[in-house]
Amino acid sequence: METATMTPSPTTPTHAVSMDARSAPASAPAADAPPLIEIGGFSFWYGPKQALFDIDLRIRERAVTAFIGPSGCGKSTLLRCLNRMNDLIDGVRVEGSVRVQGQDLYGPDVDVVDVRKRLGMVFQKSNPFPKSIFENVVYGLRLQGVKNKGVLRDACEKALRGSALWDEVKDRIEESALSLSGGQMQRLCIARALAVEPEVVLMDEPCSALDPIATAKIEELIFQLKERFTIVIVTHNMQQAARVSDETGFFMLGKLIEFDKTDVIFTRPKQKMTEDYITGRFG
Amino acid sequence: MTPGWHLRRRKLVSAAMTGACALAVLVALVPLASILVFIVARGLSSLDWDFFTKLPKPTGEAGGGMANAIAGSAKLILLASLVAVPVGVLAGLYVAEYRGRRLASAVRFAADVLNGIPSIVVGIFAYGTVVLPMHRFSAIAGAVALAIMMVPLVARTTEEMVLLVPEMLREGGMALGATRTQVAFSLVLPAALPGILTGVLVAVARIAGETAPLLFTSFNNQFWSSRIDQPTASLTVQIYSYAISPYDDLHRQAWAGALVLVVLILAVSLLARLFTRRLERMAGR
Ligand SMILES: Nc1ncnc2c1ncn2[C@@H]1O[C@H](COP(=O)(O)OP(=O)(O)OP(=O)(O)O)[C@@H](O)[C@H]1O
Ligand SMILES: [Mg+2]
Repeated sequence: METATMTPSPTTPTHAVSMDARSAPASAPAADAPPLIEIGGFSFWYGPKQALFDIDLRIRERAVTAFIGPSGCGKSTLLRCLNRMNDLIDGVRVEGSVRVQGQDLYGPDVDVVDVRKRLGMVFQKSNPFPKSIFENVVYGLRLQGVKNKGVLRDACEKALRGSALWDEVKDRIEESALSLSGGQMQRLCIARALAVEPEVVLMDEPCSALDPIATAKIEELIFQLKERFTIVIVTHNMQQAARVSDETGFFMLGKLIEFDKTDVIFTRPKQKMTEDYITGRFG
Repeated sequence: MTPGWHLRRRKLVSAAMTGACALAVLVALVPLASILVFIVARGLSSLDWDFFTKLPKPTGEAGGGMANAIAGSAKLILLASLVAVPVGVLAGLYVAEYRGRRLASAVRFAADVLNGIPSIVVGIFAYGTVVLPMHRFSAIAGAVALAIMMVPLVARTTEEMVLLVPEMLREGGMALGATRTQVAFSLVLPAALPGILTGVLVAVARIAGETAPLLFTSFNNQFWSSRIDQPTASLTVQIYSYAISPYDDLHRQAWAGALVLVVLILAVSLLARLFTRRLERMAGR
């Protein structure tokens, strides 16, 4: 029954290439567009401890969705549930569904490896592999069995351009990734995620370990990336959420308190709790 | 009591403790230093070019060397490493990456037990399983005995080094669609490799000095043994048999052999240390 919503997506990238056609609607996505990710009645447990309570949330394609909320409210947990990284922890349990283009990620015959290819992830602390810059970027492609050197080189350049790192490293992509600066490493991790052409890029506080200049670069990058990718970002920085996101979800104690257009959340939230948090009265 | 008194007392106690530590270090160094001095004093005089290039002379004749024993030791260590390093590294990697699994705990326990088995028992085992069926002493049998001793050493250091690899690295790989095994081989192992190599060198230094497991496996040989299914001379067994012989000349050769052995082991240990340093610098630690 969901096949109808799936058919338009393969054609959309061709429209998306032209920037001017995208830039206007990207900041205000059409409200009637079907959501790319649909989270329904989703709960999550770490062993006996429940970390998420009955979350309902729709994430729109080619938009930036931000998760905000006080520490420990479950933002990272939800983000990691979106590409099943939480499977790696023993004793976890989920209820409800996460549908990506109609397909339930927690369905019985889902290939976890495939899920992680479709939904890439960038971590709070950059985690470059102790390999060359080139090998870092093409790691995901090599896993998929791509061996052709030319294909890998092209993909590497494209991903590094995509993460605005190409100009800085083009002369030394054979050097160790560990020789990069902190901000460059984080952009390398973004390039690594982009190289496998995911549909969604999940970012967990990608700027929290960076200085203001590196942060500004990544924010600018997020702006460019949303023309091609759907982005979900966790952030503790209110200004950042306000600057980069189209929609924002406010979480507290594992519950989604409010979810709306970012300007609504930041200017006229419906919930008192949201307003208190945004204005810095707690948290 | 004034605070000044307290301070003075604390400084005094501190000085006394530092002194005690220094003394303990000295006491610990005395055996090492005296062994070295002793061996150098006794061995250096009989160490000449012939020692490294000539075969042993028939009993009673003066001169000759230990060339075949030096080569034999190298051969035995190489053969043992060829088997023990891959097995030990894989076992250690498995134990660390799949900790919590029952098989992983079993492997770890087995390695610990193996590590505690006296080397003479390992020798007897190799005698029973390799020498008896083959009807002869051989380098293969000696290498098997040494490999059995080496596996737990390599497995243990590998496990320790793999556990030091940050979890972030594994998550990064998995997030790109790698399986646990792919992550273990393509990310974790390369990241831990420098430390593992150091561990391998330490294990080589350990087994290079073993005599007991070789006595009835590779046995001894007064000539060159080009094949690995022949009795093979080794520095340690040669030292042992010369040392218990009644001839002064052979005693002197035994001292020279001991000197060569100790210097080689020291060299390997130093190499391992240098290696560790270099790696630590490279990792920026
Ligand atoms: N591996 C785990 N095992 C058990 N409990 C966990 C685990 N990871 C997180 N939790 C708990 O789940 C809750 C939500 O954690 P989560 O990391 O999602 O919070 P967060 O909103 O990302 O916080 P922060 O802003 O500090 O990153 C917390 O109470 C945390 O203690
Ligand atoms: Mg978090």
